[in-house]
Amino acid sequence: MSDYNFAYLDEQTKRMIRRAILKGLAVPGYQVPFASREMPMPYGWGTGGVQVSAATLTPDDTLKVIDQGADDTTNAVSIRKFFEKTAGVSTTEVTEKASVIQTRHRIPEAALSEDQILVYQVPIPEPLRFLEPRETETRKMHALQEYGLMHVKLYEDISQHGAIATAYAYPVKVEGRYVMDPSPIPKFDNPKMEMAAIQLFGAGREQRIYALPPYTKVVSLDFEDYPFEASKADHPCDLCGAEDSYLDEVILDDAGSRMFVCSDTDYCRSRRDAGHIGRMGELAA
Amino acid sequence: MYVAVKGGERAIENAHAWLAEERRGSKEVSELSLAQIREQLSLAVNRVMAEGSLYDPDLAALAIKQSRGDLIEAIFLIRAYRTTLPRFGCSKPVETGKMACDRRISATFKDAPGGQVLGPTFDYTHRLLDFKLAADGEVPEAAVAEPRREATPHITEFLQGEDIIEREPFSDAEPGDLTREPMSFPAGRAVRLQSLARGDEGFILGMAYSTQRGYARNHAFVGELRIGCVPVEMEIPELGFAIEIGEVELTECETVNQFKGSKTVPPQFTRGYGLVFGQSERKSIAMALVDRALRWEELGEDNVGAAAQDEEFVLSHADNIQATGFLEHIKLPHYVDFQSELELVRKLRREAEELAQTLAAREAAE
Repeated sequence: MSDYNFAYLDEQTKRMIRRAILKGLAVPGYQVPFASREMPMPYGWGTGGVQVSAATLTPDDTLKVIDQGADDTTNAVSIRKFFEKTAGVSTTEVTEKASVIQTRHRIPEAALSEDQILVYQVPIPEPLRFLEPRETETRKMHALQEYGLMHVKLYEDISQHGAIATAYAYPVKVEGRYVMDPSPIPKFDNPKMEMAAIQLFGAGREQRIYALPPYTKVVSLDFEDYPFEASKADHPCDLCGAEDSYLDEVILDDAGSRMFVCSDTDYCRSRRDAGHIGRMGELAA
Repeated sequence: MYVAVKGGERAIENAHAWLAEERRGSKEVSELSLAQIREQLSLAVNRVMAEGSLYDPDLAALAIKQSRGDLIEAIFLIRAYRTTLPRFGCSKPVETGKMACDRRISATFKDAPGGQVLGPTFDYTHRLLDFKLAADGEVPEAAVAEPRREATPHITEFLQGEDIIEREPFSDAEPGDLTREPMSFPAGRAVRLQSLARGDEGFILGMAYSTQRGYARNHAFVGELRIGCVPVEMEIPELGFAIEIGEVELTECETVNQFKGSKTVPPQFTRGYGLVFGQSERKSIAMALVDRALRWEELGEDNVGAAAQDEEFVLSHADNIQATGFLEHIKLPHYVDFQSELELVRKLRREAEELAQTLAAREAAE
C-alpha cells in the first residue's frame, strides 16, 4: 500500500507520538497529552493503541495483536491486517516471537522479556474519572497526589459489599507516585504489570499516552486488612488443564452447561501442543 | 467438543461484501452518481464538509455514497482522510464582509444597506409533501436579480458605529488548532469556535435550545445571517503577496445579545458568533448561541451551572466521531471484563448467603 507512509502515520505525527511516549517513560504513570489523530478505525476500537504501535514499529518488528487475550477476535484480526497492509511487518500469534504486542483487555500469560513492547488500548485513561468527571480537576488531583477520594471509594466498597468491588481496570500506584488506570484488564492481570517488557498505553479519543518502563514498581491499591487479591474463575482450563491462566466462561447448551477455557489462546495452544489435556480437550493433532 | 470460534478474518470479509451489496441496493434501480449527490443532496454534503472539517463537495458526496447516507459515518470517512493530508500553511482570514451573498437577513433591523435577501430558504415553504416531486423533479427557472456590486456591510458594524455593541478585540495571534494540539481547558474562544464549528449539529442544536429555555438564558437576536461565497487567499512566501486559491461557501451568523453591563463595562450589546462551511443555517445559529453562553466568564456574568456554560462539558462532548466511536465500542467483545464481574458478583452473593445462614442459625439457637 504505497499511498500511505510506513505504518500509516506520517513521520511528523510519529515523531510527536514518540515524544509523548518518551515523556511517559520518563514519568511513569503520568498521562501525557498528545495530539491524537483521526484513524481509519473508530474511536473506541483501539485508535490510541494503534497510534502508539504505529510510532513504535520498525520494518524488522514482528507484531502480535490480541483482544480479550485471543488472536482471532474480530478486532484483533482487523488491527493485525491494518498493520500487515500499511507497514508490511511480519505478524505472529506466538507470544514469544513477537517484538511488539498490541492488546485490549489482557496481558499474555507467558512472561514477557526485555526485548518486547506491550501496547495497551485504553478507553478512559483517567483512574479518577468516575469519581470526578472534570479533567481540569483530576489533573490537579494528580499534581497534588490527592488520592484520598480513591481510597474512600475502595473503603465504601468494603463497607457496602464486604470487598473491593472492582474486578477490572483495578487502579494501581506506580513507583509510589501516580495512581494509574491499567486499562480494563481483569485484576487477575495486575500483578503481571511488574515485568521486563516496556508497557505503553494509548488512549486515542482522550488524547493521552502513558507508560511503564521495565521493572517499574506497580502496586494495586488496597488496605492492610483487605489486601488485593488477583482472582479468576475457580476452575482449570477445560481444553489444556491450566490452573494458572485467566479463563473465559462459555455457555454450551440450552441447559446452561458451561465450560471454562483459557482467554489467552496462544497460551492454551502451546500447552496443548506440549501434551496437556483438560477435561474436554483432545490431544493436538 | 468445543472448538474455539475461529475464522474472524473470513467473517469480516463476508460482512464487507454483504455491506457493499446493501449499499448498492437493488440493481434494478440505477446507481447514484456523485454529481447527483453533490447537486441534489447539497445540504447533506454541506454538513459532511462542515463536521468533517474539509471543504470538498465531491469527496463529501463520495463519503455519503459510501456510507449509505449515514452522515456521521460519512463525516468519519472525511475526517480519516483529512488527517492524512499534508498541511501547507494557513490562509488569510476570510473576509465575510465581502461575501457574495445568496442570502442575507437581519432580525434586528427592518432594512439595512444590502437589504433583506431571502435566498434559497425553506423558511416560508409549507411543509406539505410535494407528491409531484415523486414523479417529476423538474422545476421552472427561478427569477434572477442583478447581483449587487458593492460589498454588503455587516449589521453589527452599524451598532459598532454607535458604540452600543462590544468591540471584538483585534488580534493577529495565530489561533490554536485542535487537530494539531490536544485540547486543554480553558480552551480559549478561537479553539472553542473551531470545536463548535466541527461539532455535531444535533448536539450544538440541543445545547443552544437549552439556553433558549432558560438554562443560562441570554436572549439572542439574529443580528445577521448570511450565506454566500468568499474567496480564500493565501500568502505565498516565494511571491511575497497573497493570491486567491479558491472559493468557499459559508454561513455566518452574528447574534446580538442583551447585556446589562457590569462594574467595568457600560450597558451594551454582546455578540455570539457562528461560522460554518456551506449552507448550514441551523448549525451556525446554534453555534452563535452556544458561543455566547460559553462567554459568561469573560463578560462577568454568573455561572448558573447550566450545561451550555460549561466549556469542558460542551467541548468534550460535541464531537460526534468521538462520541459515536466510544458509544458504539461497547458492542465489541468485553467478555474478559464481564467474566471478572461475574466472578465478583457470584462471590459477593455467596458471602451474603453464608452470612444470612449464619445469622439464621444463630437466631434459631437462641
